[in-house]
Amino acid sequence: MANQPKKEEIIFYSIQGESLKKLHIYEGGVSAGFPSPADDYLDVDLNLHKYLVKHPAATFFIIAKGHSMERAGISDNDLLVIDKSLEPKNNDIVVAAVNGEFTVKRYLINDGRICLRAEGELGDYPDIEITKSIEFEVWGIVTHTIHNHR
Amino acid sequence: MIALADCNNFYASCERVFNPGLKNKPIVVLSNNDGCIIARSNEAKSLGIKMGEPVFKVRHIIKKNNVYVFSTNFALYGDMSSRVMSLLDDMSPEIEIYSIDEAFMNFKGIKDQLGIASHIRRTIKKSTGIPISIGIAKTKTLAKVANYIAKRHMKRDICLLIGQNNILKTLKCLPVSKIWGIGSKYSRILNSYNIKTAYDFIQLNEEWVLKKMTIMGLRIQNELKGKPCFSIETNPSYKKNICTSRSFDGTVEGLQLIQEAITTHAVRCAEKLRAEKSCARYVSVVLKTNPFDTLGEYYSGYRSMALSIPTNDTLEIIRSANIILKSIYRKGLTYKKAGVIVGDIIPEDQVQLNLFDTEKDHISRKNLYGALDRVNQKMGRDKIQILGQGIKKRWGVKRQRVSPCYTTQWDQLLKVHC
Repeated sequence: MANQPKKEEIIFYSIQGESLKKLHIYEGGVSAGFPSPADDYLDVDLNLHKYLVKHPAATFFIIAKGHSMERAGISDNDLLVIDKSLEPKNNDIVVAAVNGEFTVKRYLINDGRICLRAEGELGDYPDIEITKSIEFEVWGIVTHTIHNHR
Repeated sequence: MIALADCNNFYASCERVFNPGLKNKPIVVLSNNDGCIIARSNEAKSLGIKMGEPVFKVRHIIKKNNVYVFSTNFALYGDMSSRVMSLLDDMSPEIEIYSIDEAFMNFKGIKDQLGIASHIRRTIKKSTGIPISIGIAKTKTLAKVANYIAKRHMKRDICLLIGQNNILKTLKCLPVSKIWGIGSKYSRILNSYNIKTAYDFIQLNEEWVLKKMTIMGLRIQNELKGKPCFSIETNPSYKKNICTSRSFDGTVEGLQLIQEAITTHAVRCAEKLRAEKSCARYVSVVLKTNPFDTLGEYYSGYRSMALSIPTNDTLEIIRSANIILKSIYRKGLTYKKAGVIVGDIIPEDQVQLNLFDTEKDHISRKNLYGALDRVNQKMGRDKIQILGQGIKKRWGVKRQRVSPCYTTQWDQLLKVHC
C-alpha cells in the first residue's frame, strides 16, 4: 500500500459518479513498522449495488408511500429493492398487484390460503384474504429497504 | 436448430409491467410526436386498430373503447429490452440481438428444445414481466415462420416447426408477404405471377428466383426449404445507414427553425457514428409537409450529397446537411417533418485521409469530439451544443402521454402505496 494510514486515522474516499470507488477497510489501527499479517485481506472492493442487486435483469427500485408497513421497517418514502425473479415464501414482504393496484404487504401462506397483512404502528389495517374473486399476482419480493435517516 | 425469441407487443407490454390496471385492457403506443400507432396490445388489435395508422383516424375507436394511449418512452423500452436480452444471453450459448424486441438463439445440440424454450419463456416473464413467443426451426427464416405461428395459434406461445409434412402444411398457409426478408415490392411481383403462399414460392425454379429477386431471394427460398444460409451473427455488422428524423409539434414555417432542427438531427447522427466508431460517406436531408393536411400543398423534398472523405465530424455533417436543406427548402410552406440520414457507413479505421488533410488536424478533432461526447454523456444531452441547434428548441416534439422512466430516473421510480 502506497499511503499507509497512521494509527486511528479515518480515511474518507469520495464517491464519484454512480459507481462506488474502492473503499478500504482498516480494522483497528495499523502500527508503523509492524505489518499486519491481515494486510493481504484488507483491500476489499465493496460495491453496494452488487450487495443489494443479486439479479440485475430482474431487480427494480420503487418508492414506498404510506404508513401501513412501519412495524416491518418500511416508512413513507423509503426506497425498496424488488427482486422479481424470486418465488414468494411465507413471511416475505412482497409487492403485489391486487385487483389492478399495487400494494406492499407481508405475504402469509398457510395450507394454500394466501393472506396479505399490513404492519402499521396502530394495527388498524385489516388483512386481505386472497379469494378466487380477487385478481392477484405477486409482482416481486422486497429484498431490502433503504431508509434515509436525515 | 435456431430459435427466435420475440417479445409480444413489446412497447405495450412494457407499459403494462408497471401498471397492473392495464391487464386485459386495450393499449396503443404512438410514434414520435404522437402521430401514428406503432404498437398495440392484442385487445387493441381486435378492435381493428391498424399498425401505422394516424391516431386521428382511430380517435373514435379510442374514445368509445377507453383505449389507453401512450407516447413512446424509449428510455423505458430500451432498459426493459436490455433486461430481456441479458437473460436470453444467460440461457443460451449464442444469441444475435436482431432488434429491440427480437433475438435469435443458437439451439444447436439442445435435445429438449420445447422444455428449454418454455423454461426461457417462464424465466423472462417472471423476471421482467414481459411475455415472449419462441419459434424453433432448422433455419432463421423458418424460425421466423415458427414464431409467427407461435404468436397466433399456439396456446403457450412456443412453436417447434419440424417434420417435412408439417413444414409444408404451414408454408401453404403463409402469405408471401409474411416471409422474413420479402418486402412489399417483391410480394407484389410474386402475387402478379400468382404466387400467393410461401409454399408456392419454394416450388419456383431457382434460376427464375435468382433472376427476379437476386441472390437474397434465392437464399430465402433455400432457408424455407430447410437449408441454412444465414448464420447467427454475434458480432453485428455496421449499420448501413443512420437516420434521425422527427415530426414537429404542430407545423413549422421559416428557414431558421428548420435549420435548427436539421442541425440538431445532424449532431445526433454524428454522435451515433462516433459511438459505433464509424464514418459515413454521404449525407441526405428529407423535408416534408403534412400529408393529411387537405388545405395546403403536399411537398416532400429529399436530396443526398457525397462527402469528400467519410466522416463522423459533427461540423462537416452539419455543413453538408445545411447545403442540402437550402437546395430543397421551399418558402411559404409549413413543414411537418425533417430528418437527416447518413449512409454508406464504414469503420472509422478504414477511412483514408486525402492529400490535404494532416494527421495532426485529424487527431485534434478526434480529441475534441471525444471530450464533447464524454461531457454530454455525463452531464446530459446537448449540455455543450452547437449554436446552430437553436437555444429555445421551438420545434420540439410532442410527447403528451409519456409514462415515467420507471427504471432509469431516480425521480420517476414507481410509487407504491403501503
